[in-house]
Amino acid sequence: MNQIEVITNKIEDLFYRRKKRILSVYFTAGYPKIDATATIITNLEQSGVDLIEIGIPFSDPVADGDTIQHSNHVALKNGMTIRMLFDQLRDIRNRVEIPLIMMSYLNPVYKYGIEKFCKKCHEIGIDGLIIPDLPLYEFETKYKAVFDSFNMKFIMLVTPQTDNERIRKIDFLTGGFIYLVSSTSTTGSKGKISNEQMQYFKRIHDLRLNNPLLVGFGIGNKESFVNACQYTAGAIIGSAFIRAVSKSDDLKASVSSFIKSIKA
Amino acid sequence: MKKFQVDQNGYYGKFGGAYVPEMLFANVEELRIRYLDILNDSSFQNEFHALLKHYVGRPTPLYFAGRISDKYNTRIYLKREDLNHTGAHKINNTIGQIILAGRLGKNKIVAETGAGQHGVATATVCALTGLECTVYMGKLDMERQKPNVERMKMLGARVVPVLSGNQTLKDATNEAMRHWINNPEDTHYIIGSVVGPHPYPDMVARFQSVISEEIKTQLFEQESRENPDYVIACVGGGSNAAGAFYHYLECEEVVLIAVEAAGKGITTGQSAATIALGAEGVLHGSKSIIMQTDDGQIVEPYSISAGLDYPGIGPLHAHLSERGRVEFTHVTDKEALKAALELAQLEGIIPALESAHALAILSKLDLKKSDLVVVNLSGRGDKDMDTYIRFINKEK
Ligand SMILES: Cc1ncc(COP(=O)(O)O)c(C=O)c1O
Repeated sequence: MNQIEVITNKIEDLFYRRKKRILSVYFTAGYPKIDATATIITNLEQSGVDLIEIGIPFSDPVADGDTIQHSNHVALKNGMTIRMLFDQLRDIRNRVEIPLIMMSYLNPVYKYGIEKFCKKCHEIGIDGLIIPDLPLYEFETKYKAVFDSFNMKFIMLVTPQTDNERIRKIDFLTGGFIYLVSSTSTTGSKGKISNEQMQYFKRIHDLRLNNPLLVGFGIGNKESFVNACQYTAGAIIGSAFIRAVSKSDDLKASVSSFIKSIKA
Repeated sequence: MKKFQVDQNGYYGKFGGAYVPEMLFANVEELRIRYLDILNDSSFQNEFHALLKHYVGRPTPLYFAGRISDKYNTRIYLKREDLNHTGAHKINNTIGQIILAGRLGKNKIVAETGAGQHGVATATVCALTGLECTVYMGKLDMERQKPNVERMKMLGARVVPVLSGNQTLKDATNEAMRHWINNPEDTHYIIGSVVGPHPYPDMVARFQSVISEEIKTQLFEQESRENPDYVIACVGGGSNAAGAFYHYLECEEVVLIAVEAAGKGITTGQSAATIALGAEGVLHGSKSIIMQTDDGQIVEPYSISAGLDYPGIGPLHAHLSERGRVEFTHVTDKEALKAALELAQLEGIIPALESAHALAILSKLDLKKSDLVVVNLSGRGDKDMDTYIRFINKEK
């Protein structure tokens, strides 16, 4: 590595440039088709999405609701593996500029080797990782140094039950952004955002954390997106996007019309 | 008494921990902070032991099985967990956890079940205390353990069929965890084995440790010695084994044998022998040994016995295996079925299919006439009659 190179991270750049209405989309690699990965990523960027979470499918996704369980199941049946995904993403940085995040349950990454995984992500140009079942304690004591050495942001979830002291600790130890889980639930769209949820977003906003906030879980249409953005930098859409591409023969068209419906 | 106990951080050697998504952190953390204080409190202990005595029917007998002993030319005692109320060791844990749930102020209970024994034991203590009970059970397990499904329903529990994966215990556990994520405030999750995030493995092991506590006293009464030469137990997640081994872990002269389900054989791809086939990984909240592919996907296990049909094992057992303190071995479906039939006809006891796995190892051990062997008979076989009848008809 060139010594005078300034190490930047695309997630940090994004939040430095933009503070509001950031739209992040999650999809499951290998779904609906094994070779959809690059098509989905390039079309998400072209449609104006700001950040992408690439989901590595897992056999036992305990934090996910029906839709993402199904996409994980289909992706694995289609034959998706970590190695294949890395291969599909080999030259993705020649095609898209926006920040890319990998999302995986711990076991596949652990089996691959956490350090090796971070290294490979770094080579490809991945900017951050979300591993929902890698808890803060383990991250801090075992893996933070590894993540840092590969300039890999570790993004952690915060829920309505996370107390302030812990939120501050998460804010201190992790980077990129904080994933604000919209309610105590597994993933999946529920339509409207309640007043209680708005109060919770405001409560976290008022903590004035170092990291920006993105709201995820249950964000599925323009209305919930706009509401989620009121006190935060933006929001993440997962299940609703998975449903939008589920039956599509024309991925390009369905990606762009779904994103249009959110950003309109 | 420290070597095999969980450490400050929730680990047994390198296994254990609390690998839960943030949605479950608050609940698991509350448990971690409070469980020892609650369990060590004398009012808890009094309530727990009174219920075990008057409601569950403990102590369970330690029965000298003469005809089986003759057959294997040794001295075999059966620890009769099958005689517990509801028919298995599982209730030792659910009694403990239901009192704990009350202390935590929870008014709803969720549980997973494989064989249905843990589900029944959970539904039972919920009826006893008036708490609402939801049990997740794989659809395949609902079919092969039908009587237990009916029992849970009669006890007032809601039994939810799980359709994902192989529709067995792993999938039911996923679903129970999701339920807890969605209902964190009013619900306590009663895990049925020594699996899950810390402090569950330690907590469940403590509740089940009454088994070896009693074995020690009873063996002393009958044989003037506390320690047998062997203790044998079957292992799914490992709770009955943890209970039967607990007070012997530091007595290195007692040989501890854990029997896993080989299913159709460990080389057939249809097996649940985790220690034989697994590798280090993270499933259901702890780091342990799990059956997985090279890509880190969990392998769907197989066993004729619903309670052993699980691709993981408690972190304590992963540690005991690694340290060489417990000898892990496995027997096939067929060997277990034969052992069940043998016990029925030699001793007049129909064991659970799970427990039959422990019995099936007797014929493979090199036992001396003077050896004292304790087999933990974890449950009774009423729930398995369909499977037994089919086997008997086929053998004819
Ligand atoms: C009678 C009986 N024995 C053993 C088991 C296996 O569980 P564990 O390994 O936790 O004892 C079960 C589980 O359902 C059971 O019902």
